[in-house]
Amino acid sequence: MMNYNNIMSKKVQSLAPSGIRKFFDVLDTMQDAISLGIGEPDFVTPWHIREAGIFSLEQGHTKYTSNAGMTKLRTEIAKYLERRFALNYDPLGQIIVTVGGSEAIDLCVRALVEPGDEVIIPIPSFVCYGPITTMADGVPVYIETKAENEFRITSEELEKAITPKTKLVILPFPNNPTGGIMRRQDWEDIAKVLDGTDIMLLSDEIYAELTYGQHHVSPANIPELFDRSMLVNGFSKAYAMTGWRLGYVCGPEQIVKQMLKIHQYGIMSAPTMSQYAAIDALKDGDVDIERMKEAYNHRRQLLLKGLRDMGLECFEPRGAFYMFPSIKSTGLTSDDFCTRFLQEEKVAVIPGTAFGENGEGFVRISYASSVENIETALERMRNFIQRLK
Amino acid sequence: MTEILKLLEEDSRYTPAQIAAMTGKDEAQVRSIIKKCEEEHIINGYTALIDWDRTSEESVTAFIEVKITPQRDDGFDRIARRIYQYEEVESLYLMSGAFDLAVTVTAKSLKDVAQFVSAKLAPIDGVRSTATHFILKKYKDKHRSFQVEAEQEERVLFV
Repeated sequence: MMNYNNIMSKKVQSLAPSGIRKFFDVLDTMQDAISLGIGEPDFVTPWHIREAGIFSLEQGHTKYTSNAGMTKLRTEIAKYLERRFALNYDPLGQIIVTVGGSEAIDLCVRALVEPGDEVIIPIPSFVCYGPITTMADGVPVYIETKAENEFRITSEELEKAITPKTKLVILPFPNNPTGGIMRRQDWEDIAKVLDGTDIMLLSDEIYAELTYGQHHVSPANIPELFDRSMLVNGFSKAYAMTGWRLGYVCGPEQIVKQMLKIHQYGIMSAPTMSQYAAIDALKDGDVDIERMKEAYNHRRQLLLKGLRDMGLECFEPRGAFYMFPSIKSTGLTSDDFCTRFLQEEKVAVIPGTAFGENGEGFVRISYASSVENIETALERMRNFIQRLK
Repeated sequence: MTEILKLLEEDSRYTPAQIAAMTGKDEAQVRSIIKKCEEEHIINGYTALIDWDRTSEESVTAFIEVKITPQRDDGFDRIARRIYQYEEVESLYLMSGAFDLAVTVTAKSLKDVAQFVSAKLAPIDGVRSTATHFILKKYKDKHRSFQVEAEQEERVLFV
């Protein structure tokens, strides 16, 4: 009998499995259950984009593309970033098309981090940054963002976290799960802190299109930060294309060149069909983004009002499609709240602790769901909270 | 106003309270905008989208192209009025192109539609010709697909 535990990488075994699985396993067995747990658009990819993918198959475009992605796609990405965010990247040397934003994050970390290097990660945030850092032999250093700072990372907090070993700061804004966004002034303050250092930034901007009331500002929009910024974005959230697995990374040519080697050995090239679809998304999809964003915004306001009306403290999210209310007033832990809410009222939401220790006392509710689902979930939450009193 | 109209067009069951929450307006304001739109006939009614094919109810719908001779002073309007007043007429559009009026008619049977065309529609003064097409299947109406899409398999993915 082989003892696999002795054989497998200790590093991999040290990674925590997702603590969320139990909720979805329970959810699967329930009738009339509502899930506001999954973080993906409830829309189907707009037809003209799907059609472009189908047409590429009809045309027989079934082979690899160049490693960095089709030139035409990279050119459209550059045009898009210029048009929507006033960012300028050279499509031929500064952009790699990746398998989702996740691969782009992994490439950045692996290309930059040496054993023992510290990677600063704000929490609560999406779950992948810590494990990816660990796999690259880096050391995650967490900064806890706070509701009173609108879940932004402040220059003071960053300054305190920096040591001589700091290599990289991950900046997940607009933020999953809090909905916090960074403003130009926040970046300018951070630029002052970083001045004179060699610290790089990895800006995960997958929700950049989904901001409400104000336009997204990238750290790369700040001239002093441009040279130290790696920008990650993708098609999943803006165009409801999660299953197409397509993202991209932009940054300084020398770094991109090194990242391309990792991508080339591990991936070869992103799915060709998805690349064709993405070209169509970038060319004709602005209107789809607006349409979906408007729907999210309606649901956002509906959910926010509903939560506040039942007395829950809730930061008004400025981006992405999550609400991150405090459930401290119920006296329950995040995990107990979510477990009981699911068992007693058949609604799945995610405990804040899944996104970092300081998520305790919060839950994440996705509003990428129908108005009907949101209304039903609110009603059930009202009943649930009433019973707790 | 446009935002409210768009929401009602998406789902006319939304209550003023829901619309108020979604748009960040107050409820009284939403109520008064809706009322005003009703009074000004911007909103002309509220209805449900029903796929009668899934019921035991027998009915047929026909799409009829009508060519007419426009009349002095009234143009197409007077003839149109004489057509749309019939209960059977579900919709009526004035068209550009090869014919003038597009009429959709719903009735219990093919025979009833034929009866409507020959006894009521064709004899109207000014109607030059009609061409009747029967609708075989409704795939989509008012932006809603009438097909039931296959459900996606459950996913236990954490993002």
